[in-house]
Amino acid sequence: MSYVVEMLNIRKEFPGIVANDNITLTLKKGEIHALLGENGAGKSTLMGVLFGMYQPEKGIIKIREKEVRITNPNVANQLGIGMVHQHFKLVENFTVTENIILGSEPLKGMVLDIDKAAKRIAELSKHYGLNVDPHAKIEDISVGMQQRVEIMKMLYREAEVLIFDEPTAVLTPQEIDELMKIMRNLIKENKSIIIITHKLKEIKAVADRCTVIRRGKGIGTVNVKETSEAALAEMMVGRHVNFKVDKKASTPGDVVLQIDSISVKNNRKVMGLKNFSIEVRRGEIVGIAGVEGNGQSELVEAITGLRKVESGEISLNGKEITNIPIRQRIDSGIGHIPEDRHKRGLVLDYTLENNMVLEIYNKKPFAKFGLLNGSAIKSYAKKILENFDVRSGEGGVSIARTLSGGNQQKAIIGREMELDPDLLIAVQPTRGLDVGSIEYIHKRLIEHRDRGKAVLLISLELDEVLQLSDRIAIVNNGDLIGTVNASETNENEVGLMMAGVNKERSV
Amino acid sequence: MRNTIVSLISIILGLIAGGLLMLFIGASPVEGYTYLFQGALKNISRIGDTLATATPLIFTGLAVAFAFRTGLFNIGAAGQMLIGGLAATAVALTMDLSRPILILVMVLAGIIGGSLWAFIPGLLKARFNVHEVVSTIMMNWIAYWVVYYIVPANFKGGTETESKLISETASLKMPLLTEMFQGSYINMGIFFAVLAVIVIAFIINKTTLGYELKAVGFNRHAAEYAGMRVNRNIILSMLISGALAGLGGVALYTGNASSMQIGILPSQGYDGIAVALLGANSPIGVFFAAVLFGILYSGTGFMNAMIEIPPELANTIIAIIIYFAATSVLIQRVFNKFRNTKTNSNDVAGPVGKKGES
Ligand SMILES: Nc1ncnc2c1ncn2[C@@H]1O[C@H](COP(=O)(O)OP(=O)(O)O)[C@@H](O)[C@H]1O
Ligand SMILES: [Mg+2]
Repeated sequence: MSYVVEMLNIRKEFPGIVANDNITLTLKKGEIHALLGENGAGKSTLMGVLFGMYQPEKGIIKIREKEVRITNPNVANQLGIGMVHQHFKLVENFTVTENIILGSEPLKGMVLDIDKAAKRIAELSKHYGLNVDPHAKIEDISVGMQQRVEIMKMLYREAEVLIFDEPTAVLTPQEIDELMKIMRNLIKENKSIIIITHKLKEIKAVADRCTVIRRGKGIGTVNVKETSEAALAEMMVGRHVNFKVDKKASTPGDVVLQIDSISVKNNRKVMGLKNFSIEVRRGEIVGIAGVEGNGQSELVEAITGLRKVESGEISLNGKEITNIPIRQRIDSGIGHIPEDRHKRGLVLDYTLENNMVLEIYNKKPFAKFGLLNGSAIKSYAKKILENFDVRSGEGGVSIARTLSGGNQQKAIIGREMELDPDLLIAVQPTRGLDVGSIEYIHKRLIEHRDRGKAVLLISLELDEVLQLSDRIAIVNNGDLIGTVNASETNENEVGLMMAGVNKERSV
Repeated sequence: MRNTIVSLISIILGLIAGGLLMLFIGASPVEGYTYLFQGALKNISRIGDTLATATPLIFTGLAVAFAFRTGLFNIGAAGQMLIGGLAATAVALTMDLSRPILILVMVLAGIIGGSLWAFIPGLLKARFNVHEVVSTIMMNWIAYWVVYYIVPANFKGGTETESKLISETASLKMPLLTEMFQGSYINMGIFFAVLAVIVIAFIINKTTLGYELKAVGFNRHAAEYAGMRVNRNIILSMLISGALAGLGGVALYTGNASSMQIGILPSQGYDGIAVALLGANSPIGVFFAAVLFGILYSGTGFMNAMIEIPPELANTIIAIIIYFAATSVLIQRVFNKFRNTKTNSNDVAGPVGKKGES
């Protein structure tokens, strides 16, 4: 059996945490190998070690059966290892070609030979079915296309081992299908692939073998064909995972959120939400289903006060809030799990403790006469972090930036839940999370409902909307297409309505 | 901790580079530095002068650092100093009050003048998103010309280019202090400066105001999300920053000096940026950085007098130190590498690189 990569007994520590503890991963030539683990399990770290970004404290790396020391990413490149990072590293206002040759520019005498590079890129693109335009500017192409540029970068450098760090997290379902196809093409050309993901479906779809790590420890490697999604999930989180959401029928009470025919402009200054009306009652979860960019963000920002409402009225518990300041809305009972956790959800350079009181730092007992009470903040934060199992190197004093995304998300959700808001607006609450965390967060959202609070759920994952919601409102192009009871609908009907097909059976 | 080390390394590298320069012009670095530090610290009167030189720098350094914490780059400390100083000088020359009250009014006038000058760029930023770098620089020149016209027109002194001297009653110099420091021009400005360091450190670290200002500085979108009034905080931060610079003007024109010159933007305004940078934007750091600059500035005269090293050398050394401090990322890298080879791990991005992706 020939292995292209063998990582044996790798150990990597960060201050306060062992990110990789004696992990072994082997990659056969021509296989797609999935690396599975919860958020913060140490997957990116392990791949960082392979790509030369981190030096392991212990362990051996062999490439094509020769022991190597990968001291930096250039060494990795020379060994034929390429990596697509979770966040792309592209220069926005450069063309595709310029980005690809950056760092290994082809020269004709003393001058850059861009044309030659562009030609080669076009050839490669055709060969692997990547379909990238060498002359397009990065800022003009979609995220999916940018990812292909990253793939092209590796191919251009003739990488044999391709590492993908959560490539599907940023893609639409169609783009995911296409990526899978591309990966299969690559394998045919004798490349070997490691893909990090926590979407079990994808592993079943493309991977040959799967290595599972949990809290920094290697759990094992399995043949994907011989295992099930449930078994993988159990290996990953270390307990049985319930994929189906258990919930009782809802018992809606008084109206908490009443939206009456509001219109809201989007960033391009045209109406992104038109005469939109909806209500959310105590004890129910109302889901908003729709393709991204059909007015969901405008709706959320109008309710939370981040965006101006052009016409119409919003009220909370019977009181009008259409134009009141954000702080007052929070105080009158709106909690908001924002769509973009880095932009809105956290002050990344603050400690976790400080982030846990982002909305209430000036209230008792966290402040008195304008002075902060550090110990009150500390104990309050500690409670949330424990409750929501937020894992970080140094607990409450960790800088928010150092946490893995999933843990950042849990911290935000914990913070908002702890405010116990009458109306909780959850936007993509489980984006990027592993199944264990998703299960947990779904449970907490339902608990919130069952305590007689209102939940407005906005998600692009139709599964999530269908499973969690009691009622579903479908938006298309800023219009409310209709509202259906979750118990009486199915994926097809909602899918059709998302495409703009109106239904008679609105409730 | 890390910042402190970076600053110290920058200083050492700057001094080494300065030494090389001395060698280059044929002087002995050991001798040069000996005279430099003697000139700044040799006796009690020189120490007093050094502290007095540092005083306006502490204020402008604080001003820049404070604004920076809120994500604002206040380059207008020079103009704010001028207006603060002008306001205090005007009070000193026109009001007939008892000394304690007069000084109190002068200080208040300086605070108001400086903060008014910073308020305008703050408002422009909050309202129209005009970048504060542009508007504070323009305010510097407006201040320059305001002084240029107002001083000769209203407070003309011995020459065309100077205001009248303020009276001893109005001066921040205290006979007791002058005597203690054997004739140095040290004055109560240094006490105000120390007080300002303490107050600003307190605001930044212990108050809800500091919490808000820093949150806005780090991530205004998140601050907005959390219901903080971002625009109000921008204006407030500029007001406080301007007030600090205005106080620097009071210390400079009614403490270290006794009159205002026209046609000069005080160099302490821009030096404040350097002080803040070297002090890593922390009030305590600013204090020590300002004192260091005070030593370098006040020691060069003596060095120049004793051996043939031009006084511009101090500026050069400061420039080099700043250069190293500004490229501190580099120093940090080297530092990490050094430390990590010892513990056998050298992460490219350092332990706290960009994170939080999954
Ligand atoms: N550069 C770093 N500095 C400090 N801690 C880190 C760093 N990178 C990762 N960690 C920590 O190591 C653990 C593993 O992180 P990571 O490998 O990113 O997990 P994931 O499996 O989600 O990719 C997490 O607890 C994370 O907070
Ligand atoms: Mg990761």
